[in-house]
Amino acid sequence: MRHQFELETARNPEALKRIVIEPVSRVEGHGKVTILLDDDNQVHQVRLHIVEFRGFEKFIEGRPYWEVPVLVQRLCGICPVSHHLAASKAMDMIVNGGILTPTAEKIRRLMHYGQMLQSHALHFFHLSSPDLLFGFDSDVARRNIVGVAAANPDVAKMGVLLRKFGQEVIRVTSGKRVHGTGSIPGGVNKSLSLEERDYLLKDADQMIAWSRDAVRIIKTLHRSNPALYDVFGDVPTTMMSLVDDKGDLDFYHGALRARDKDGEVIFDQVSYQGYSSLLTEGVKPWSYMKFPYITTLGEEKGWYKVGPLARVQNCDRIPTPQAEEERLELIAHGNGKPMHGSLGFHWARMIEMLCAAETIKDLLLDPDIMGAELMATGPRREEGIGVIEAPRGTLFHHYRVNADDVVTYANLIVSTTNNNTAMNVAVRDVAKNYLQGHEITEGLLNHIEVAIRCFDPCLSCATHALGKMPLEVTLVDASGREIDRMTKDSEGRVGKGAA
Amino acid sequence: MTAPTLIFGWGNPSRGDDALGPALLDAVEALRDAHPEWGPVELLTDFQLQVEHALDLEGRDRVLFVDASAAPDDAPFRAAPILPAKDASFTSHALSPQGVMHVFTEIKRMPPPPCTLLAIAGEAFELGEPLSAAAQAHLDAALAWTKAWLAAE
Repeated sequence: MRHQFELETARNPEALKRIVIEPVSRVEGHGKVTILLDDDNQVHQVRLHIVEFRGFEKFIEGRPYWEVPVLVQRLCGICPVSHHLAASKAMDMIVNGGILTPTAEKIRRLMHYGQMLQSHALHFFHLSSPDLLFGFDSDVARRNIVGVAAANPDVAKMGVLLRKFGQEVIRVTSGKRVHGTGSIPGGVNKSLSLEERDYLLKDADQMIAWSRDAVRIIKTLHRSNPALYDVFGDVPTTMMSLVDDKGDLDFYHGALRARDKDGEVIFDQVSYQGYSSLLTEGVKPWSYMKFPYITTLGEEKGWYKVGPLARVQNCDRIPTPQAEEERLELIAHGNGKPMHGSLGFHWARMIEMLCAAETIKDLLLDPDIMGAELMATGPRREEGIGVIEAPRGTLFHHYRVNADDVVTYANLIVSTTNNNTAMNVAVRDVAKNYLQGHEITEGLLNHIEVAIRCFDPCLSCATHALGKMPLEVTLVDASGREIDRMTKDSEGRVGKGAA
Repeated sequence: MTAPTLIFGWGNPSRGDDALGPALLDAVEALRDAHPEWGPVELLTDFQLQVEHALDLEGRDRVLFVDASAAPDDAPFRAAPILPAKDASFTSHALSPQGVMHVFTEIKRMPPPPCTLLAIAGEAFELGEPLSAAAQAHLDAALAWTKAWLAAE
């Protein structure tokens, strides 16, 4: 049986060549992969290092609690709505014990499912489809969204318009394209007008149809090459997510469920209010980012994955008809066993996008979204925990607020942190199976990045000034001397040769 | 009706000098009522440029993209016309303005409007930090240039 810590630490790292990929391209912020090779290019150690969201909690502590749902959107330029809503749910606990009016809950759901749709569309059409449609080691100059647009204009246009629709749902529900203020502690500050409802509703059927097309694209890719798709970046592990009280998929609210790698339920309907005893945030000396695990299972067996592939296989049912049909096909593909190949994330992600599109239409047809009851009241508390299923997986926000309404404690476990061990295992699997014994090329290194992108990690976010984001790969011999270097600049130009 | 002039500034207002793009928009917003000669101007912002922003170029006579620049540079800002380019950027969580223009040509099957990139030099990009003193000076210089650009025919 493969051990998750295999290739985490080499026995003699000082005698090995080191490859550093820094930062990992097409993921946010700063991450790097280090690979230690011997003279025969045999892989001895692989680590994915991610610069943790250090400073986030300090950024929040000391602020008035009512500012927090807006403030936390500045943490992440990719999924600000996730932080906006997780913080709002936590602050609901503070102001009224977590009560919402039907209108407030449905407006928040609409906002969240709009985000799920736009985030998944961006990820699939613009982040991963270049790899999937052209091949992992195809021409690097073509392997990007502009290449996709040139070769497949209809696919690229579909991605742009799906993304735009999701952004419009967010704008209408939150009041602004970015930095929205729609969700506030205890409720929302606006519902939809009839005009806004009709504006979104006119495109809803088209979004459902395009989302179904997207599922068909990835399903066809998956089935056309199962030797790759079923095993690439294999991470047989526990899966954790929220499910509703019937066991259905729910991105906005529910209780925690975990299944083991064979699909057997480990725990179910566990309130996330007890997350701090359910999970332990482990640490390793070589990484700033924590490695959470299920406390009762211990560090070695308790790590897990979150996100689309976990959610779709963890739930008993998807409550929208077309997405449920597609879920059943994905489950059937596994022949009774859960799918753990990392490329399965893309298939599950598109099923979730279809679910989001269907749910958006259902919510738009619900008269509650135009209701006038926006706020609920209840007893004031000093502590609040809010959890949602963000596009990349389970997101925890935990706050304490003093009598002066100031935040005195904040703790966030973001989706990418939950997937930290799983991503490391996926990278090691790919390094072992594709890099072992080969001369390192850009295409081979891209295999590593493909594995990481399956999880859609969102690292420290939103500093994207012109001139940032270079990619650098350095080979170092046993004495520490640089013997080769490969670089990609922010325009994607590739250079080679020692400095 | 679509405003013929678009200024699109991007960046995270809470990450130090990354706020230069949105800050320039705020400065223009504060001035535009006093400058009817500029004509209708739409000001848009986001954390990053993305594919859907190609749709914001439609129906414009001219577009100014504004971002902070982290590249080492002695100049407070640089401004230059830009053309659509097959942007080989590997960061598809954030497109270049040239890449946005190229996506426009692909999905609209027509050339984009004339676009100019204004890159304002920044120094520090830490979460929770305000604009640095140097960035504030660079912003003032860039605003003077932007006023002239808006006033030009």
